[in-house]
Amino acid sequence: MSAKTLVEKLWERHVVRQDQNDFALLYVDRHLVYEVTSPQAFEGLRQAGRKAWRASTVLATCDHNVPTTSRKSDIVDAQSRLQVETLTANCKEFGITEFGYRDPRQGIIHVIGPEQGMTLPGMTVVAGDSHTSTHGAFAALAFGVGTSDVEHVLATQCLLVKKMKSMRVCIEGTPAPDITAKDLILEVISKLGTSGGTGYAIEFSGVAVHALSMEGRMTLCNMAIEAGARVGLVAVDQKTIDYVKGRPFTPTDDMLSTAVAYWRTLVSDPDARFDKEILLDATSIRPRVTWGTSPEMVSTIDGRVPDPALESDRVKREGMIRALEYMGLAPNTLISDIHLDKIFIGSCTNARIEDLRAAAEVVRGRHIASSIKQALVVPGSGLVKAQAEAEGLDTIFLEAGFEWREPGCSMCLGMNDDRLSSGERCASTSNRNFEGRQGAGGRTHLVSPATAAAAAIAGRFVDVTSLAYRSGGC
Amino acid sequence: MQPFSAVTSHVVPLDRSNVDTDAIIPKQFIKSIRKTGLGPYLFDEWRYLDRGSLGQDCSKRPLNAEFVLNRKSSRNAQILLARGNFGCGSSREHAVWALQDHGFRVVIAPGFADIFSSNCYKNGLLPVTLDEKAVDDLFSAIRLRDDYQLGIDLQQQCVAIPDGSKLWFSIDEFHKNCLLNGLDDIALTLQDASAIHAYELKRRQLEPWIFGMR
Repeated sequence: MSAKTLVEKLWERHVVRQDQNDFALLYVDRHLVYEVTSPQAFEGLRQAGRKAWRASTVLATCDHNVPTTSRKSDIVDAQSRLQVETLTANCKEFGITEFGYRDPRQGIIHVIGPEQGMTLPGMTVVAGDSHTSTHGAFAALAFGVGTSDVEHVLATQCLLVKKMKSMRVCIEGTPAPDITAKDLILEVISKLGTSGGTGYAIEFSGVAVHALSMEGRMTLCNMAIEAGARVGLVAVDQKTIDYVKGRPFTPTDDMLSTAVAYWRTLVSDPDARFDKEILLDATSIRPRVTWGTSPEMVSTIDGRVPDPALESDRVKREGMIRALEYMGLAPNTLISDIHLDKIFIGSCTNARIEDLRAAAEVVRGRHIASSIKQALVVPGSGLVKAQAEAEGLDTIFLEAGFEWREPGCSMCLGMNDDRLSSGERCASTSNRNFEGRQGAGGRTHLVSPATAAAAAIAGRFVDVTSLAYRSGGC
Repeated sequence: MQPFSAVTSHVVPLDRSNVDTDAIIPKQFIKSIRKTGLGPYLFDEWRYLDRGSLGQDCSKRPLNAEFVLNRKSSRNAQILLARGNFGCGSSREHAVWALQDHGFRVVIAPGFADIFSSNCYKNGLLPVTLDEKAVDDLFSAIRLRDDYQLGIDLQQQCVAIPDGSKLWFSIDEFHKNCLLNGLDDIALTLQDASAIHAYELKRRQLEPWIFGMR
């Protein structure tokens, strides 16, 4: 039998019917639903008189719209409240499990799926959200879809999908301490560009990738979509299996042994051929900071804002000029001379326990700079929040001048009240620095949790890996 | 879904690459629980000088005269021309609903984000991929003529330009068929219901834990 890539193995396992060309009717094992992209899908089912094909495969929660201040009062914003209440009503009507607004397990859908063992190796996972690629960290074929496909999966448990091409991004070598998964993925995006992964499923491999925790692998796969790839993947290893064991929806006993035996096969065969291969050296990777309005516009912490005049491609040059104007930055500015107004530690990219630990490590015993107007820590889920509090991380953040919030998507996209005002500059652990993403006119710099925490203390970007910073000399 | 056949129309030249779905329809408008009525908020942050809100009457809002959609020549245009990686970012289908509600039937670009183009096909909005040189030439030609029109023929898979020449584009046969016939693909998939049941039986033997959640 010919050698296969991981994505080929996952694909073949889920084909219900092979269609003409590269299309197949693909079976969907898990479907994660939230309030923003589902109301029109449920309405479509109702209008057509259709039921959910297998409601037990669906897990729903509210994350995009929820306030992060307190869960004691109801949601004040009438449109947000309507969306959240509509989800609850739809879940009730269609027999779907929902972790509602006040459920202690509520959180960002891409945090709670793995946390609950809803996401397991070998599965297909879809959600009406582009960051569904996150779940590929478990060697699951996971991808984001639009609302029409949400309806399609609810109605049929399947999707007609075109087979993705395969790309391997191999990151070899051991990175410097404090270089995180976020720095690795920003490096990958800067190499590939925002559309370099379009049409591909990216498998991340190499020593630096398998050295990452499951949380780090989720960060990596989460942002595959920012390079254009709907799917990011990491092969199963012992860390994968250790992470999923003992979670609420993970199998137990004999069934677990059978599952583990199968899961261990979820790796690319040694001789498997990829449509495209990229090799990166982790040892030279520096902390990364975005300077523009696209995730490919990346510099290093010790670098400078680039000069558009040196870009020969006209379309790119004009894009850079527009981005710098929006960001209020001059060419050649040192990244370390960029001063911040707000700090956001959160999102489906970086709001897991390991992220909060890394940020807390930096801020412990220090205080945010007086120039910082607001510094938010928004845990990814109620369970992450509880874990962090059990470890005393909330106290570290609060004593340092951070606000400790309730879980949700929050300032990643500002659908609730957590937003940037026009002209405000933010060091953010989220995934998109698009114009207006965190608030109309807001200026976003994407960074790792450690770099965001260091920026909060210094009031500007500083190298978290530098010894001077470590000894408090910033 | 409304079938798509052919469109002849003026063109709105949006000379930017990486136009993301946050820009196409900003966050406050995706709080809508309906598919309709999003047209007035299309490109809201670029199009108006104030900050809009869902449900607001946009007819009296201050327009950004610099933005291409506000030009007289853009009125009633059904074709949008843009640069590479159009529709990147969020999977929000609201972006497609807003483009359609505004009146667009076709978007031409050198490339589209995967989820966005998939959302287009589901709603009868045609994404036409042309190479960068061809798109560049179209931008140049439109700059010279305000009344520039293009004809899009899906059956023939071509874009007719005013000098009489044609640009050919490719599209997957499946998507073409769905668009031409306005097919409801859920109904199509449900024709395979017995195959889906058979698959589930087989899979239950191999991976019972997938089915044993509750």
